[in-house]
Amino acid sequence: MYCSEIVGQALVITLEGEFDLHTAPPFKEHIDTQLHGKPEIINLIFIMSKLTFIDSSGLGVILGRYRIIQERGGQLIFAAPSPQVKRILELSGMQKISKFSNSAREALELI
Amino acid sequence: MDANWMKLEFPSESVNVQFARTTVAIFASQLDFTLEEIEEIKVAVSEAVSNSVIHGYSASHGNVIMKVKYTPTQFTVSVEDFGRGISDIVQAQESGYTTIPEERMGIGLYFIQEYMDEVSLHSEVGKGTKIVMVKTVKPIQG
Repeated sequence: MYCSEIVGQALVITLEGEFDLHTAPPFKEHIDTQLHGKPEIINLIFIMSKLTFIDSSGLGVILGRYRIIQERGGQLIFAAPSPQVKRILELSGMQKISKFSNSAREALELI
Repeated sequence: MDANWMKLEFPSESVNVQFARTTVAIFASQLDFTLEEIEEIKVAVSEAVSNSVIHGYSASHGNVIMKVKYTPTQFTVSVEDFGRGISDIVQAQESGYTTIPEERMGIGLYFIQEYMDEVSLHSEVGKGTKIVMVKTVKPIQG
């Protein structure tokens, strides 16, 4: 499950529950719809405090959306991931292209 | 219980990826794994079953057979499909390699190798693929 809101130049997406092969496609579609036709959105912030599971299918969606905002010169920020989620983000190499923050507010201050 | 096993067969539908990993996690909780180790097993099972659904059967459908067993020292999960198989098994295991680069990161097998202690992959083109993943059961401290 997810919900999103536009805050300034950022799309803030709150993730809840589990993201895998089954739940990744509608998640991808949701973000793409939000980004489509809105070039002013250049940053992506994922609020992860309620994300309980993610695997390479879920991470693949995030990486794909990162490529869109990278072209726009924006940033990718992960806010409040659990230790398990943070570990898999680091293992995937995502920490090289993103920033971590402790909260949504802190994430907005980073951009 | 010193040893136990179970076997599950299900169609290669993406909705069954969560079912498979959750079932294995519940079975693994019969042992003294830490929550972190259970999470690692869940990721490994999720990746293995996802591979069967996406790569094994692709647009077609078939069944996935998952066997799980444990002894006092080892927890073993095998995931088998009867799909198209892998033509280059060495390349398939390279981190970042994927046959679907626009959609996938090519790190599923890498996650499995990181999170499990022993992994073996067997595949035959046109016949299917089987991955066997072993997690060592650590003795209880103190």
